[in-house]
Amino acid sequence: MPKLTVDGVEVEVPAGATVLQAIEATGKEVPRFCYHDRLSIAGNCRMCLVEIKPGPPKPAASCAMPAGENMEVFTSSPMVEHARKGVMEMLLINHPLDCPICDQGGECDLQDQAMSYGGGASRYEEMKRAVPDKYMGPLVKTIMTRCIHCTRCVRFVDEVAGVPTIGALGRGGATEISTLEAGINSELSGNIIDLCPVGALTSRPYEFVARPWELSKTESVDVMDAVGSNIRVDARGPEVLRVLPRLNEDVNEEWISDKTRFAIDGLKRQRLDAPYVRGADGRLKATSWTAALNVVAEKLKATAPEKIAVIAGDQVDAEAMFAAKVLFENLGVQNIDCRQDGMKIAPGTPRGGYILNEGLSGVEKADRLLLIGSDPRREAAVFGARIRKRWLEGDFKVGVVGEIGDQTYPTELVSLENAAEFLQGASRPMVIVGAGALARADGASVLAYARSLATVTDEWVGFGVLHTAASRVAGLDLSFLPGPEGQDVAGILAGVKAGGIETVFLLGADEINFESLKDAFVIYQGAVGDDGAGAADVVLPGAAFTEKDGTYINTEGRAQRASRAVFPPGDAREDWTILRALSEVLGSKLPFDDLTSLRAQMIEKVPVLGAIDEQMPGAWGDFGEKGPVGDEPMHSAVANFYMTCPISRASPTMARCVQEFMNSSNQEKAHA
Amino acid sequence: MLDIKDRIFTNLYGEEPWDLAAAKKRGDWDGTKELIAKGREWIVEEMKSSGMRGRGGAGFPTGLKWSFMPKEDDGKPRYLVVNADEGEPGTCKDRDIIRNDPHKLVEGCLLAGVGLGATAGYIYIRGEFHNEANILDAAIQEAYDAGLLGKNACGSGYDYDLYLHRGAGAYICGEETALIESLEGKKGQPRLKPPFPAMAGLYGRPTTVNNVETIAAAPTVLRRGAAWFSSFGRENNAGTKLFCISGHVNTPCNVEETMGISLKELIERHAGGVRGGWDNLLAVIPGGSSTPVLPKHICDTAIMDFDGLREHQSGLGTAAVIVMDKSTDIVKAFARLSYFYMHESCGQCTPCREGFGWVYRVMQRMVTGDARIEEIDMLQQVTKEIEGHTICAHGDGGSWPIQGMIRHFRPELERRIEERLAAARAA
Amino acid sequence: MSGIEIAPDHLQPDSFVFSDENLVKAQTTIAKYPERKQQSAVMPLLDLAQRQNGGWVPRAAIEYIADMLQMPSIRVWEVATFYTMYFLAPKGRTKVHVCTTTPCWLRGSDDVVKACKETLGIGMGETTSDGAFSLHEVECAGACVNAPVVQINDDYYEDLDFEKTKRLLDSFKAGDPPKPGPLSDRRGSEPAKA
Repeated sequence: MPKLTVDGVEVEVPAGATVLQAIEATGKEVPRFCYHDRLSIAGNCRMCLVEIKPGPPKPAASCAMPAGENMEVFTSSPMVEHARKGVMEMLLINHPLDCPICDQGGECDLQDQAMSYGGGASRYEEMKRAVPDKYMGPLVKTIMTRCIHCTRCVRFVDEVAGVPTIGALGRGGATEISTLEAGINSELSGNIIDLCPVGALTSRPYEFVARPWELSKTESVDVMDAVGSNIRVDARGPEVLRVLPRLNEDVNEEWISDKTRFAIDGLKRQRLDAPYVRGADGRLKATSWTAALNVVAEKLKATAPEKIAVIAGDQVDAEAMFAAKVLFENLGVQNIDCRQDGMKIAPGTPRGGYILNEGLSGVEKADRLLLIGSDPRREAAVFGARIRKRWLEGDFKVGVVGEIGDQTYPTELVSLENAAEFLQGASRPMVIVGAGALARADGASVLAYARSLATVTDEWVGFGVLHTAASRVAGLDLSFLPGPEGQDVAGILAGVKAGGIETVFLLGADEINFESLKDAFVIYQGAVGDDGAGAADVVLPGAAFTEKDGTYINTEGRAQRASRAVFPPGDAREDWTILRALSEVLGSKLPFDDLTSLRAQMIEKVPVLGAIDEQMPGAWGDFGEKGPVGDEPMHSAVANFYMTCPISRASPTMARCVQEFMNSSNQEKAHA
Repeated sequence: MLDIKDRIFTNLYGEEPWDLAAAKKRGDWDGTKELIAKGREWIVEEMKSSGMRGRGGAGFPTGLKWSFMPKEDDGKPRYLVVNADEGEPGTCKDRDIIRNDPHKLVEGCLLAGVGLGATAGYIYIRGEFHNEANILDAAIQEAYDAGLLGKNACGSGYDYDLYLHRGAGAYICGEETALIESLEGKKGQPRLKPPFPAMAGLYGRPTTVNNVETIAAAPTVLRRGAAWFSSFGRENNAGTKLFCISGHVNTPCNVEETMGISLKELIERHAGGVRGGWDNLLAVIPGGSSTPVLPKHICDTAIMDFDGLREHQSGLGTAAVIVMDKSTDIVKAFARLSYFYMHESCGQCTPCREGFGWVYRVMQRMVTGDARIEEIDMLQQVTKEIEGHTICAHGDGGSWPIQGMIRHFRPELERRIEERLAAARAA
Repeated sequence: MSGIEIAPDHLQPDSFVFSDENLVKAQTTIAKYPERKQQSAVMPLLDLAQRQNGGWVPRAAIEYIADMLQMPSIRVWEVATFYTMYFLAPKGRTKVHVCTTTPCWLRGSDDVVKACKETLGIGMGETTSDGAFSLHEVECAGACVNAPVVQINDDYYEDLDFEKTKRLLDSFKAGDPPKPGPLSDRRGSEPAKA
């Protein structure tokens, strides 16, 4: 714990801390471009130079200098001011004066620091350097003349993303950041846009769209996977324009996946903005809420409860599921399910059997990891980065059961029979079961087998499920599951075929086999016109996740709240209010009139939904069903990272990514 | 003048063969086993008391540097790395050692290796020295074949391997940490310090990087004794040294001389004098391109050692003397050097990457006088914004020559600007 | 400080593998470095590939070496573009490198450059139309007391002037190059006899 002074103020920092960290501990700012606390130290921009005594009569890079006992650090001495002004001047001589047409304008580190630390004018009268732009794929736009060679992007893709595709080619003033014209085949590539301190790497879809000061910024939570990445939704008027990560050390650190960041243009396509009822001609026709709700109510009233089924989809907020559950249970309906993939987590499973017990960050404490039919890289990209982070620290092995895609760290193939052997000797082994493995016919046996492999002590619950659906854990916590006499999704679909089930209410459920629903009367409530709406007889337009306040529980069992950034389009409504209105038409009025009272009742039933932002531990117990596990290889639940939900399927940007990255990887597979 | 019998590099000009048999005749590999037997500490102490300072440019005391290697042996590798990436403009002495007297270097690698407790040595030679590298490779092979290297080297019980690694064209790899990076198969970009190579160098292991001349001289120093070596030159500036004398002299050459010889004697005795006589001298760059230039009036009395040249705000550097007579376009000479530093910047640090491009562009205008008087000061300030602000010394090494030029030749810069202005006015 | 020159696609071979002889050399080289430090061999392997491929490193060789050394190909690209002795596009079969740094310039490298341009009929960085010669400016070649110097392929020719340079290149054209070294009565770096 070295003690040192910063501009005369004494400060004590942990051993191994840098001078820069010591300065920050005193509340002072240190200008920097290349330094980033989640990347290796490059020390190349030279902006963080400070004076240190004792030492040579020249300033030192505070980002790279270990804090030492009795050091005297000066952050604004004449030596430091001279150095900073000089570095700033050097950074600007070849930087173009194109701020007015630069997307980074208004949120540019170079702009900000030039204001704070630079001289007022340039003395440079020579020709400026021009650098050809580089192709980096459909997500990252480059204007390389603006590059200041901080190498943050190079280090990010190499270290965090684990896809070393960016290099600094050449040398000296001719150094160029390049991928050699290849797209960055990483699920996390968009983060380099945030990392770039200038406008060299910007968002291609957001090109020339808005200025930061025009945007309303809403703190929210992502629903593209079950990580629950903390995000900021930037909107202007009725339009969501971009999504940025928010810092949450326990969940997403400060990264988000490319789907989280870029699928939002799907929110503007194929939106359900009015109620629809299928007419006699077989075509969906826009109508009024009253008319649509009447049709639904009549149909529900005319159908015996055992012939009604409700299925909740992957991105439904807990409030909507709670309202639906109360509404349909009041009608006597028991065919209720939130597991549209057929995941074999049975009603009554203790919570410890379906969450990632040690939390997303818990993997950093593990010394061995077994992935059973789970592909973290594509199912939960930021969690994949965390596993890589753990791997980089060393003494960590990852075993994989099944055929999953390549990860960003080495893995070894393990058979279920050898899994126990693989885990043997580890002090903190972690077993993670993927949604794909649990959705198999023998999913319950997989679950039981995985449980038998897990090491569970008072300090360590080395078992977890990596979900892919943002709504799933809340659905299981709410027991949005078949009643004692009810059918699960497979049973419902079979029931439709057999004639036992007549009416199916789909709450944002789009990932089921709609062919099997042909003979049912289908009501679809949701935001985007995908397969569910296509199969529906009545469409009730709901709100997307950016258009409502909602609670989600992520795969580690952490309840988080998403907030409304914009209003739903047209006649679309927040989902719980639609169900509330329907209940009134049905004459079975739900007992809450506003979100506050809904939440109060929901939390009373399921307290974890009220523990906002906390990862609530789950009870441990027996779960799964002991039985044989079939030989067929396990697969990930996610075959195509870029398109996993109605929003991402509607997204033109995601479509471009599929074309760029999936097609080429398919070709690679074909060659292999 | 250094007596022939006191020269270390007796085959500098290649009058005799380079091979092992000839080298042994010249006294190399004589009693190496006994020297090794005296032990690691003795070697380091002997180098310390010899007063040897590194011959690669920075002049850091060699014995002291060797003593920085961790004392305790953890059983893992540690390395000697020899810097044969000779490329400081004006300097061409290591090339002669390598092609004409390679066994001095090879034997030095073993003895230094013992002094450092090293398990292996790597010699990093610039890629352009293709034929020189072939000779050195053959010399290493000869030493292996004769049992002088490898397991139980020289029958001493010490195991030591020596490898040659070829560069591929980058002056910056002469910076010790850039050299280590390059040796690890990366771009030659200098590392942040700390950690210093003695703690974490090649492959993260304790490493000492020394210049060819330093290492090649070590066996003779150890054989003839510290007192012998330190009897040459002045206090803190001991020993003999290879000088490279290039430019406007009658007979450019490499020569070994005692430290502390006067610049004038060096040039006149060995290089046939300045072209057109001493009075035709304009200036001398005394120690390779990075050391600030000295105008004639300083050259008249300058002493060629570390302290003697520091007195004149310059340095001994690699002892590469670049002589310029009065016919020299001094501004153009330095414009060309500024191009060199721009071209050889590795590109990491902002001030060096951006700054040397700026300096070169302004220098081009200074050559023709297409500038304003106040830009001379600006140029000086720009070099001050580079100097001391970068990871490695390239920023300093490229700034000093320009600063030296402005210090001593400002009137010439002003004259060009004014003449051009006058010509423009007349037109 | 020119930008990075990479041969266009139509000049790039589809594949690259070391010849049997070079494969042995590559393996010997890799063995010089400790286990798992095989990346150290990237520079010698690039040189080997360049020599095998007629003086330039094709894209396929970079991928091949990356594979052989188990390093990301972008890291090999970084190395291949950082050092000046690697060429990523075809150059002359005989590469003429003229040192023009100050010590050579002081002793007449301008004349050497002029002689090269006149004799070869090309400018700096250019290749003769028959692909026989290319002309390159290099930074300090490290033979300053034998200035001015040129390096032709692997060999240094020293103590040059305009006429000697012309004769030297003519002898290369005739396929009868002289022994490398000073083209004077000197053997090496000793002072010339008066």
